[in-house]
Amino acid sequence: MIKEFTCVVCPNGCRITAERNSENEEYKITGNACSRGLTYVRQELTGPVRTFATSVGVTGGVLPLASVRVTAPIPLSRVKEAVELIHAQTLTAPVHAGDVLLHDFMGLACDVIVTKTVEACPEEAAR
Amino acid sequence: MSEQNKNTVDVLIVGGGPAGLAAAVRLYELGIRDILVVERENEPGGILRQCIHDGFGVTRFGESLSGPEYAARFIRQVREYGIRVMTGAAVTNITPEREVTVVAREGLTVWQAKAVVLAMGCRERTRGALAIPGERPTGVFTAGVAQAYINLYNRMPAREVVILGSGDIGMIMARRLTLEGAHVKAVYEVQPYPSGLPRNIQQCLNDFDIPLYLSHTVTQIHGDRCLEGVTVSQVDERMSPIAGTEEYISCDTLILSVGLIPENELSLDAGVQLDPRTRGAYVDEHLQTSVPGIFAAGNVLRVHDLVDFVSMEAEALADAVHKYLAAGDLPEGKVKLTAGAGVHHTVPQWAEGKEPFTVSLRVVRPMDNVWVCAKQGGHIVGQKKMKKALPAEMIQLKVNPLTGTEDVEVYVQ
Repeated sequence: MIKEFTCVVCPNGCRITAERNSENEEYKITGNACSRGLTYVRQELTGPVRTFATSVGVTGGVLPLASVRVTAPIPLSRVKEAVELIHAQTLTAPVHAGDVLLHDFMGLACDVIVTKTVEACPEEAAR
Repeated sequence: MSEQNKNTVDVLIVGGGPAGLAAAVRLYELGIRDILVVERENEPGGILRQCIHDGFGVTRFGESLSGPEYAARFIRQVREYGIRVMTGAAVTNITPEREVTVVAREGLTVWQAKAVVLAMGCRERTRGALAIPGERPTGVFTAGVAQAYINLYNRMPAREVVILGSGDIGMIMARRLTLEGAHVKAVYEVQPYPSGLPRNIQQCLNDFDIPLYLSHTVTQIHGDRCLEGVTVSQVDERMSPIAGTEEYISCDTLILSVGLIPENELSLDAGVQLDPRTRGAYVDEHLQTSVPGIFAAGNVLRVHDLVDFVSMEAEALADAVHKYLAAGDLPEGKVKLTAGAGVHHTVPQWAEGKEPFTVSLRVVRPMDNVWVCAKQGGHIVGQKKMKKALPAEMIQLKVNPLTGTEDVEVYVQ
């Protein structure tokens, strides 16, 4: 059985093949330019994981949104659920790039961090 | 304007995006202190401000950052060094003598610069450029505009989406829209191969079961006030729609990801000659344009696929500007580089060739197991083997020092 993959780890996007003749054989993996491709395909074969980004609403900020991302890939099958959990959050300005929004997110050993600094709106603060 | 009202500056950088910021930081580190960056938005960072997905910086920083984080690294340096950045300010004219007019809220100023750096980036091709027939309803956006709505302004412009064009931003928006609750029905690409990177086809389309149809295009837009649907058709090898293949797809949003155009109106004012293939300036390996003292780097020079390369190109530009300021001029590139078989364009298009340099190029179609070569008068001056060469990926080729002034042909075989 031959399975083909496009590695998403870096912009090279290596085309990688995993091949085995029977269920109990190990996959022979070829086409990866580096070891990260090998790790990626092994993970794809057992359960794909991905990183993702979204935004969280900010009250009292100069911008209405702060972008966020996960610090490590999570199972692809749980990405949509993860985005919904993050959307339920709100932040109050000021927020800073690097702030941890959610620690040990969904018990998946990754954090959700803010990736954009949003300063407090001066008019809002004066009120 | 009288001479007394003219300000002077060593280097004026037009644009505070990734190219302009990287050039400013490197120039400062080379000892140049009199720098002015002019940015028309209220914040520096350029398009990176709205590119919240990760994947930036793998080459430049060895880690995967979001766009805002990538920009912040350069902005922090610019602030630490105290480099002047004028925001909310637009350059309205550049003369061949490097006199630059800037309009800001505070009024109009004129600057005499010793060197000018063009770092204006690029803009998106729009519906007008494609001439898609049909009505003119709301709901037709370029991918970057949809990205700004969602990522900057907290506005969700879409429920049922069709995407035309398989450019990277279009595919990234397919994923963004899906995660924000929209239904992306399909991506249609007029060419027989995708125009974006393979990894985006995987992580933005395949991961979310979004189909990609090659050799298809939108041939009609329907909807009186709001978009109601589009007609898509298959196209033949000359990209003409095939009669009888029309299909109506209902949707409230059509996203266009059909190419980027370097923004060079100011360059033309300055007398800078443009390459019709890249739509950016003709430059030599010092990134100097046809007008001495005016340099260009980043997407204004030709559209890159990775910001990491934009930053590195701008840093190379800074090295050249530094030499130019020290010497008063740079030797002119007299050797012409030509795009031969299989090559769409090269940057630079001219070279002095005293030192080894790097040529970047794009191929005209996807190819497997090829040699990318540079040849001067029968001698190979640079070559590399590639397992696959895609139009979506900029290829870099190292070229040895040149002798004589014969043309260098860059080709694929």
